[in-house]
Amino acid sequence: MAKENATWREANIAGLVLEPGCTAEYNTGTWRVLRPVHDMSKCTHCLICWVYCPDSAIVVENGRWVRFDYDHCKGCGICANECPVKVDAHEYTGKAGKVIQMVEEKSWEKEEKC
Amino acid sequence: MVVSTKMALEGAHASAQAMRQINPDVVAAYPITPQTAIVQTFSQYVADGEVDTEFIAVESEHAAMSACIGAAAAGGRVMTATAANGLALMWEELYIAASLRLPIVMSVVNRALSAPLNIHCDHSDSMGARDAGWIQLYSETGQEAYDNTIQAVRIAEHPDLLLPVMVMQDGFITGHAVELVEVADDASVKEFIGTYTPKYSLLDIDHPVTFGAWDLWDYYFEHKRQQTDAMSKAMKVIVDVGKEFGQVFGRTYGIFDAYAMDDAELAIIVLSSTAGTARTVIRELRKKGLKIGLLKLRVFRPFPAQELVAALKDVKAVAVLDRSISFGAMEGAGPLFLEVCAALFAAGATQKVVNYIYGLGGRDVLPEYIERVASDLQEIADTGKVKSLVNYLGLRE
Ligand code: SF4
Ligand code: SF4
Repeated sequence: MAKENATWREANIAGLVLEPGCTAEYNTGTWRVLRPVHDMSKCTHCLICWVYCPDSAIVVENGRWVRFDYDHCKGCGICANECPVKVDAHEYTGKAGKVIQMVEEKSWEKEEKC
Repeated sequence: MVVSTKMALEGAHASAQAMRQINPDVVAAYPITPQTAIVQTFSQYVADGEVDTEFIAVESEHAAMSACIGAAAAGGRVMTATAANGLALMWEELYIAASLRLPIVMSVVNRALSAPLNIHCDHSDSMGARDAGWIQLYSETGQEAYDNTIQAVRIAEHPDLLLPVMVMQDGFITGHAVELVEVADDASVKEFIGTYTPKYSLLDIDHPVTFGAWDLWDYYFEHKRQQTDAMSKAMKVIVDVGKEFGQVFGRTYGIFDAYAMDDAELAIIVLSSTAGTARTVIRELRKKGLKIGLLKLRVFRPFPAQELVAALKDVKAVAVLDRSISFGAMEGAGPLFLEVCAALFAAGATQKVVNYIYGLGGRDVLPEYIERVASDLQEIADTGKVKSLVNYLGLRE
């Protein structure tokens, strides 16, 4: 890891990043506007969402869907779009649609607080 | 032991010869007058198997510099050439190449920027790129273009710098004029430039590295400070390489070429081919007893402020000749003049300074123009007054 708050003499030349995959250590999901929510009871663990997620933000263990990595999810909605499994009433939204649905990040923050 | 051959070469072909001997890993280029003679000749070397270079014929100069950046980030020794609007189309990438600290070497055959459309020489193209972070070397002759191109590789790749270098020559006047050029043997050039081993490269898969990552308010500033620090170290490297080049090839290079400056009271500062005309005129004026000298600047970036101040310390009046205009600058002065003024003022110098815009769009530079500059300088030195700060040579007024 590069030193925190490096001076200009200490910083890597030209802003080069010398450790592969170091984004794992940063929270890059701070500017998400929409948030994917998942209904585990209906998930078939086909992992199509995992294949499509451009930010590797779907955590899979032993071949099964585990959780979203909200520190890296950008809320792009691709997983919700690609998920092939339909639900009548989603565990979180109560709405008909897919196993992954998108909700407003703000509404979620409120719910979490109350 | 260097074995040189005297060849009758156009300036552009002299640059192409240097590129052939440098044998870069990658050249990505797009043709544009008057630079075309460089990449066209070089592509022939590629087709004939005289070099090992991967030649990428791209669809624009924007793509040319983009491909150069990719190839340099991959760890290659990379070169290209352009002029005028082609250089303008590279604008975004010029900054990226310098900021990523990629030691790309590029020939620029100076040509006026449009509009109106003009293919002839002035310095508006490279002067517009003066703040992009590239080292800039200006050549008076085909020989200098050849020599500067070879030295540029060493300067760019110096571990203290890792900065791209532009080597300029005047479009048509130098680029298309046939002169005698001493071309060294291939082996000596190869030995002089050595091999390039980048510290970080995309193809070094054992040490993965990301180029051009997100860099916000928390680090961008530090990286710019590094960049300007590298530029401040460039002058020493340029002088050292110029000396070493002299030891090997017999032609030593410095920051500028001073002619008749020893006891000069009047001085003219100019870039590139016009130095030849000015030198001839000054030689005649010296015979008449006028104490006038010439400083032909070779290095414009980094700007040799301290060295110029020292060279001008005993001079009473200085004329700076600019082949471009910095539109909207003080009285519409040229960029070279502005830099000279800044250097003198910051050093507390009190010489009188005067600016002449000349040769725009390839307008010829006649000896009588330089004579006019000399007589103006004499008057300024005698009266201590500059009647007009920015003047025009050869303009119909
Ligand atoms: S919303 Fe986008 S980033 Fe987030 S988990 Fe789904 S696909 Fe990945
Ligand atoms: S695509 Fe849908 S069903 Fe398949 S694993 Fe992802 S959430 Fe589950």
